[in-house]
Amino acid sequence: MSSPGYIKVDPPEGYSEPGLFATSLDKVVGLARKNSIWPLPFATSCCGIEFMATMGAHYDLGRFGAERLSFSPRQADLLMVMGTIAKKMGPVVQQVYVQMAEPRWVIAVGACAASGGIFDTYSVLQGIDHVVPVDVYVPGCPPRPEQIINGFMKIQELVGNEPLRRRYSPEYKELLKSYGITT
Amino acid sequence: MDNKTIIDILQGKFGKNASAVDESSDILTLTIDRSILHDVILCLKEDAALQFTFLTTLCGIHYPDVPLPLGVVYHLHNLYEKKRIRVKTFLPGADPSVSSLTDLFSAANWMERETYDFYGIIFTSHPNLKRILNVDYMDYFPMRKEYPLEDSARPDKDDRFFGR
Amino acid sequence: MNKPNYTTLNLGPTHPATHGIFQNVLTMDGEKIIDTEQTIGYIHRAFEKIAERRPYYQITPLTDRLNYCSSPINNMGWHLTVEKLLGIKSTKRVEYMRIIVMELARITDHLICNSVIGVDSGAMTGFIYVFQEREKVYEIYEELCGARLTTNLGRIGGFERDFSISVLSKIRDFLDHLPKVLKEFEKLLLRNRIFMDRTINVGPISAERALNYGFTGPNLRAAGIDYDVRVTSPYCSYDDFDLKIPVGTSGDTYDRFAVRQEEIWQSLKLIRNVIDNLPEGKYYMDVPEFYLPPKQDVYNNMEALIWHFKIIMGEVNIPVGEVYNSVEGGNGELGFYLISDGGRTPYRLHFRRPCFIYYQALPEMIRGGVLSDAILTMSSMNVIAGELDA
Repeated sequence: MSSPGYIKVDPPEGYSEPGLFATSLDKVVGLARKNSIWPLPFATSCCGIEFMATMGAHYDLGRFGAERLSFSPRQADLLMVMGTIAKKMGPVVQQVYVQMAEPRWVIAVGACAASGGIFDTYSVLQGIDHVVPVDVYVPGCPPRPEQIINGFMKIQELVGNEPLRRRYSPEYKELLKSYGITT
Repeated sequence: MDNKTIIDILQGKFGKNASAVDESSDILTLTIDRSILHDVILCLKEDAALQFTFLTTLCGIHYPDVPLPLGVVYHLHNLYEKKRIRVKTFLPGADPSVSSLTDLFSAANWMERETYDFYGIIFTSHPNLKRILNVDYMDYFPMRKEYPLEDSARPDKDDRFFGR
Repeated sequence: MNKPNYTTLNLGPTHPATHGIFQNVLTMDGEKIIDTEQTIGYIHRAFEKIAERRPYYQITPLTDRLNYCSSPINNMGWHLTVEKLLGIKSTKRVEYMRIIVMELARITDHLICNSVIGVDSGAMTGFIYVFQEREKVYEIYEELCGARLTTNLGRIGGFERDFSISVLSKIRDFLDHLPKVLKEFEKLLLRNRIFMDRTINVGPISAERALNYGFTGPNLRAAGIDYDVRVTSPYCSYDDFDLKIPVGTSGDTYDRFAVRQEEIWQSLKLIRNVIDNLPEGKYYMDVPEFYLPPKQDVYNNMEALIWHFKIIMGEVNIPVGEVYNSVEGGNGELGFYLISDGGRTPYRLHFRRPCFIYYQALPEMIRGGVLSDAILTMSSMNVIAGELDA
């Protein structure tokens, strides 16, 4: 028996009957969101080239629903920061993050975005979590495309399991305030 | 064109003590006083026998604890005869200024800004001498030897454990 | 009479079409560009300061990240510079291996640049096909050094391991396969009416202005000057082989595209020549003071253990002096100016970065053109942010 030419996505837990499927709203919304994330590739250096390879035909991030890259932050869900962020660029990252609409996630791809990498110098921001709240860190210098896809799948897990009212909770507002983001 | 020709032409124009000549490294190195630097480079560029019309690179250097600590090093190249030359000039710490070469070579524009950004060397008559690579509000010149590599304002890395 | 009402447009650091982060604030009269103000330094990582703190063999990973599309060229350039300072003479096999690695890197760099010119003019297909070829070169690099992109290949004194049978067979497969894909890519773009209309006479620069701005590499060759460091001051046995330099006429975007395309063909021919004539021998030079001995010798042989200790701890005699060495990188003359004071780390290391020097000519090249021409000019100049800011 040969395998089908598609990947089956399991339905969320719920009560099903012929013609009826009842589950909780956040599970359905999570399922829809996680399979159609629109990333914003914020590629600054070498990790950006590995991201180009990940989007290419061999490793194909489009399989996970991220085919449509959005370069406008207003239309993006996931901010993928790839590459070294210098102190000059830090405010720009925060400005791009602030323009994104909720719900938004951030993935720090590469050692430089996660923690400054090999550049422990006066001009490099030692990790973008000094300016934006980060959800997933992908280490590597540069990380292999498989690692970037692994990070993306972890983001998908986060997106799929997120409660609907998380972004209105006081803890989240505290988190944003600690970064100086007051909108 | 060999080194002797270059030295003869320059010493003929600018006098015998205008330059210290060093042939020990891979290419001919001249150390020129900053007051005649612009004229020497103009001569190297436009003299019919010399024709060093390509500015390869320009960088700064800092030797602390000597009378003239800051310096600028120019590498010029004659593409047709495949000859390179290195010109150095040293500047006092209190007034590190030298004339800019942007009127001779447009390539010198950003290279001089980078040297100013790193060492604080002022290039007089440069069209736009401001910082290029570092942030604009930085108030020191980072490549000078007295400043550390790491950011000293970091709260999270303890020097005891990171051995700096 | 009203004063002209110019608009200011920010082609900001984050932009899909500027491949790399640098900012251009354009002053425009409608669609026409009057002037631009450039800001760079958004990825300044202080390489030159870091290099003053690292021993010579630890600077190789730093040079990787200069022009990260063709890291092996930067690595080999650095090794050649240090060997020039130390006065080490190289062996033929090492030099031929270095040529193969550098030319593979040059092919990948030009492939990215040309396919990205296609993407910026709307032709995404070429990019996808060409990136599949880059994956094949990544596999070759993985066999050689374990890494895909930032390779840290080779050592001062040779290579860390020999070319295995699988590396040689992968290179030959790549050489057999790439011409087909390249011909398809050329059929897509090179004589395509739309592409030609979009790129001919776009962003031109004359040869005199290019020389004055310090252009090198394919950008200078597109303007008409046949300056190539591999031919002018041959290093690493390049003069054993016949290398033709493609030259353009008007220095516009189409010429830059065509020059890079022809250079890929020349590199392919060169690699085939080199690999057919690869001599037998050791993959490293006989310099025990600088080349780390193999681990089995370190654990069994006293002399190798002592040399290993001395090299890592920095107790070898590095001569005092200064040297300037340059190689032909993907973008032009990549130079290393190294001043050594006899210590474990360089006293001063300055990188002559071709991108940084020719990018200052951009305002002159796009003045008077429209915005879409400016985008194509920027991508055809192959500005890599890592090399721009260092």
